[in-house]
Amino acid sequence: MTTRAAPHLPAGPARATAGAGFRQSLALAWRSLIQLRNNPWELADYSIQPVMFVLLFTFVFGGAIAGSSDGYLDYALPGVIVMNMLFVTLYVGMGLNEDLTQGFFDRLRSMPLAAWAPLAGRILADTVKQAWSIVLLLGIGFLLGFRVQSSVFHVLAAVGLILVAALAFSWVTILIGLLATSPTQTQLYGYSIIFPIAFVSSVFVPADTMPDWLQPIAEGNPVSTLTDAVRGLLSGAPFVDDALASLIAALAITVVAVPICLTILRRTT
Amino acid sequence: MCSGAMIEADGLTRRYGETTVVDSIDLAVREGTVCAVLGPNGAGKTTTVRMLATLLRATSGSASVGGHDIRRNAHRVRQLIGLTGQYASVDENLSGRDNLTLIGKLWGMSGKRARARADQLLTAFDLVDVADRAAGRYSGGIRRRLDLATSLVANSRVLFLDEPTTGLDPRSRSGLWETVRELVADGVTVLLTTQYLDEAAALADHIVVIDQGRVVADGTPNDLRGHVGGRTLTVRPRRPRDLPLVQERMAAALPEALSSSRGGVRARIEDIDGIQPVIDRLAGLEIAELSMNDPSLEETFFRLTERPSPFPAEPAIKDIP
Repeated sequence: MTTRAAPHLPAGPARATAGAGFRQSLALAWRSLIQLRNNPWELADYSIQPVMFVLLFTFVFGGAIAGSSDGYLDYALPGVIVMNMLFVTLYVGMGLNEDLTQGFFDRLRSMPLAAWAPLAGRILADTVKQAWSIVLLLGIGFLLGFRVQSSVFHVLAAVGLILVAALAFSWVTILIGLLATSPTQTQLYGYSIIFPIAFVSSVFVPADTMPDWLQPIAEGNPVSTLTDAVRGLLSGAPFVDDALASLIAALAITVVAVPICLTILRRTT
Repeated sequence: MCSGAMIEADGLTRRYGETTVVDSIDLAVREGTVCAVLGPNGAGKTTTVRMLATLLRATSGSASVGGHDIRRNAHRVRQLIGLTGQYASVDENLSGRDNLTLIGKLWGMSGKRARARADQLLTAFDLVDVADRAAGRYSGGIRRRLDLATSLVANSRVLFLDEPTTGLDPRSRSGLWETVRELVADGVTVLLTTQYLDEAAALADHIVVIDQGRVVADGTPNDLRGHVGGRTLTVRPRRPRDLPLVQERMAAALPEALSSSRGGVRARIEDIDGIQPVIDRLAGLEIAELSMNDPSLEETFFRLTERPSPFPAEPAIKDIP
């Protein structure tokens, strides 16, 4: 009983306040970012790999796919930005899995933190990483001749849309991180999902060039709608339908994945 | 259970399906004392600590820390405790300094305050030289020190140490013991789990021996020795050829007398008065050693957990030239 024991130690609030939870999330986001100091490979993953994809696809495949490298860059850059978002998001799940398997998550749970702070911290850090990758890719694109045909507001809207999608996809990677038994396994499962959904989409080629049986899959893939929306926003083409479809998909993924993740997290206790 | 305990468990039980890992454990740890939960691998030590540290829900039973129920008031319990796990739970991708600073910030300190506290602990735990290196590259002993320092960022009044010295070399081990003693001198309450009897005996005011999820004995280190009962009398003649004679005469007084491999005769002796008839019978023989030994904690432990001892229960024999 709570009232019986004598050394009733004075204690603070019965639960963490929202403000405290927010500060804890910021501290944990800071942690995810300064981890990069000791883990430069992760930073290379957000930086070198996407640049490599842009260069390879533009100069190696561009001629074959679109007739010229320049022409293909306009098509492929938004796709690479979206695909890279998926890969960067995988670090949310890998980081969580590392914390779970190495015991650091236990330390966090033994402290008086808001229950949502560890996940929120990771997602917050992910948003910063995503923003960095997007800016980097747009910069490389600019150097190679990619030009935004719309306004600065459209670009911001495109970035916002990608960040919302990343937020939703985070929960998929969190789910993978909860189910996998090691960070390496998390990465393996993640890649097994990300490669097909990124390639069976309009990221690199229009869906209507695919075989009949594959077209509906590629067209219904939320990665396609997101890519088409970003393409529209950057090139001044229509984007509203695709943007709305992307937001609905993000909402749907979140609504399904969040309760599953939270249930699994609670079950581990 | 006696009330007034800093850590108190009442029938704490954890089942996984059909398997009962922790079976109705009672505990009471007074403020400023060390309680050692001693048991072999798989006895349920870690599960017990995880329940008390609010990481794992009990299937039944209850427990409190600092008067706060671990289930209904988990958030308050978490404000009081520090936890050092069997597997070092520090962030391997952060330096020692950043680990400590992060934990300070999570406890609500300002950045400046958290950095100052980190500096303090780095000095106190002799981690200054490695402070800016990634914790993943630390040796086992250093990592464990960082882990313990991390548990102490907020001056927690209750510490759970889950096998704090498993895998450490003897020097790191005694260093950690010293730290635990200092903390207890400051009034910190410690619950530690260990598979090492000497560790329990060296640190604990109270030992709870558990095996297969159940408490099999409970008391001070001396109580536990008493539990087994009797002491061992060893007699060694100066000349090895006198051994059969010594054995024959001892056996007349103490029927259990057996010659040992080390040139002596050993017998269990229930009380100190039993020694006089033995001495009388040994008159005239040249004796090199005559000693009385408490049963070792090893013997006690294996007796309590009902496992065959891998150690021959033999007291160390001192040579007398």
